[in-house]
Amino acid sequence: MASVEYLPGKQPHAREHRMIFRNVDRVGWDQSIETAIADGAYEMLKKAVTMERQAIINEVKASGLRGRGGAGFPTGVKWGFIPPTNTKPVYLICNADESEPGTFKDRYIMHQDPHQLVEGMAISAFAVKASLCYLYIREEFPHAAKIMEKAIAEARAKGFLGKNILGSGFDCEIYVHRGAGAYICGEETGLIESLEGKRPYPRIKPPYFPAALGLYMSPTIVNNVESLCHVKHILQMGGAEYAKLGTPNNTGTRILCVSGDVQKPGYYEVEVGKVTMGEVINDLCGGLKPGRSLKAIIPGGSSAKVLKADEKYKLKDGRELTIWDIPMDFDTMAACGSMAGSGGVMIMDDSRSMAWVINNLNKFYQHESCGQCTPCREGSPWMAKISDRIVAGNASPDDVDMLEQVANQIEGKTICAFGEAASWPTQSFVRKFRDEIKSVTKTDLSGKIVNEETKLAVAGLKA
Amino acid sequence: MEIPAELAARIDEAITHYPVSKRSAVLPVLHLLQEHFRFISEEAVAWTAAKLGLEPIKVLEVVTFYPGFRQEAPGKVHIRVCRTLACAMAGSYEVMNKFCEVANIDRSHTSHHHPIAKSDDGKFSIEFVECLASCGSAPVCLVEDDLHERLTTENLGDVLAKY
Ligand SMILES: Cc1cc2nc3c(=O)[nH]c(=O)nc-3n(C[C@H](O)[C@H](O)[C@H](O)COP(=O)(O)O)c2cc1C
Ligand code: SF4
Ligand code: FES
Repeated sequence: MASVEYLPGKQPHAREHRMIFRNVDRVGWDQSIETAIADGAYEMLKKAVTMERQAIINEVKASGLRGRGGAGFPTGVKWGFIPPTNTKPVYLICNADESEPGTFKDRYIMHQDPHQLVEGMAISAFAVKASLCYLYIREEFPHAAKIMEKAIAEARAKGFLGKNILGSGFDCEIYVHRGAGAYICGEETGLIESLEGKRPYPRIKPPYFPAALGLYMSPTIVNNVESLCHVKHILQMGGAEYAKLGTPNNTGTRILCVSGDVQKPGYYEVEVGKVTMGEVINDLCGGLKPGRSLKAIIPGGSSAKVLKADEKYKLKDGRELTIWDIPMDFDTMAACGSMAGSGGVMIMDDSRSMAWVINNLNKFYQHESCGQCTPCREGSPWMAKISDRIVAGNASPDDVDMLEQVANQIEGKTICAFGEAASWPTQSFVRKFRDEIKSVTKTDLSGKIVNEETKLAVAGLKA
Repeated sequence: MEIPAELAARIDEAITHYPVSKRSAVLPVLHLLQEHFRFISEEAVAWTAAKLGLEPIKVLEVVTFYPGFRQEAPGKVHIRVCRTLACAMAGSYEVMNKFCEVANIDRSHTSHHHPIAKSDDGKFSIEFVECLASCGSAPVCLVEDDLHERLTTENLGDVLAKY
């Protein structure tokens, strides 16, 4: 393939391995199908439709690809969950809700390389035998929705979508469906409800695993934008060859989205596990801001547990890691007590108040709880209220412990994983920075009611 | 409520994207109506319900849930400033205050269910929204459909001047 040049100031770092982002910021590149085809687009779709479906699924299994949307679940295994006896139509949904704070990669794929996604979706749809696919794009990406609609129309005009694609006898339509500004639509069963025209109230699993009972109660495969793009490259390289990228059980490349207190925040596509957190900060991102030191990192989107700068992590194999040594993979990040999640790495230096940070995140989850389960609906606003009080200097030290207890009452007690997403940041920030957070509280407020609403409520009870 | 022919055609086309269930077209129909009328009126709810063969409450419950649907008209130019962590660390609260100062907007009466504040002349309206998935170029905002990145209290005057 032709050598790739990048725009001035946008050259990938030498430590990067550009595969999914190969065409992002590329000189002479545009969104048109002509440009994409001249670069080899849709060759893998042509190959796929000549293959046995199971052979494609086997390649994806052999590649070791793990979902890039957050949970890191093996994509090939998920595809295998469609019941073999199924007689209903199968649907494929691409999750382009990209709403986990700290994550900003799917945006660039759709804006700059729409045909990579169309091809990835078409191959995946063929593999799981889904003739109707939806691309669920968050409402705040209006341009991406238009670009994808145009790309889909172009692909259809060339016979890559529509009836009897490439003479294979397989029909495939993709439609763009726009969300309307709710984070919970990123959760796959909430997304499905939303696509059915309802409030996005997540469904309980079991029994509503999408691969068995998804859209319209039919088997449905939901995958992230980046995951579906990888499928094309797996077909190109072969599953076994793809699996040589990255590290065992953590294969391929992934896009790290770095934000916060570094010199060069941005996107960096690397082989999974081949760079450490220290290299991300110091090499890829050009280091911390002058004169600052590292305080905390949220490594995988705002729902991941925070890592504290001076922590040591003892692994099962006897290795002891500092925060700087952690390889950016799924398994080690989990062994260090957090998660690689969506790839959103948020860096905080010593200028940041941890009480202020957790308050900001509490407000996010307060706003985004769908309200179906009592612990989450009631607990999320309580966490925000308590941390509001802490930040305002109106809290007692006990309030900090209460904040943690409210989080404990949500975790594990809800319909969907939003419960964990909301409680893990609070639990980890309080447990790791309890003394600092308590230092902004006042002991003489212990036992006193400072909240105006609570005062009113208590007065009513006494009367 | 007058639905121009071109809009009606786009709505009919959108409904064809959902061959299994017309109800799935609730969000796309509401988007098209909001794009045209700037907000979802009671009439628009009733119209959508009739169009898709649903009880009006099935449409209203969608409108009231999703922050992306508005039940009141915003200003001529609607601004959405990201409030979440990366943007807040990069100064989005200061940016919000400056926007309000420059555009003459009083946000003191906003609340969870009424997040939008308008300028007196009705030209601008503003609200805080959650992460816009552009945290690497924080702080960011959407002005109508366009993303503006790396905002500062100095450069946001230039952003407003474009509208
Ligand atoms: C609260 C919540 C929000 C989520 N948001 C997203 C999202 O914005 N994008 C995404 O791809 N997955 C998101 N997920 C994960 C999806 O539920 C689902 O696991 C994923 O789309 C599957 O794709 P993958 O296997 O390719 O990762 C979210 C999950 C939860 C619990
Ligand atoms: S955990 Fe929260 S977001 Fe998930 S279903 Fe329950 S209330 Fe809704
Ligand atoms: S926090 Fe503002 S764009 Fe993500």
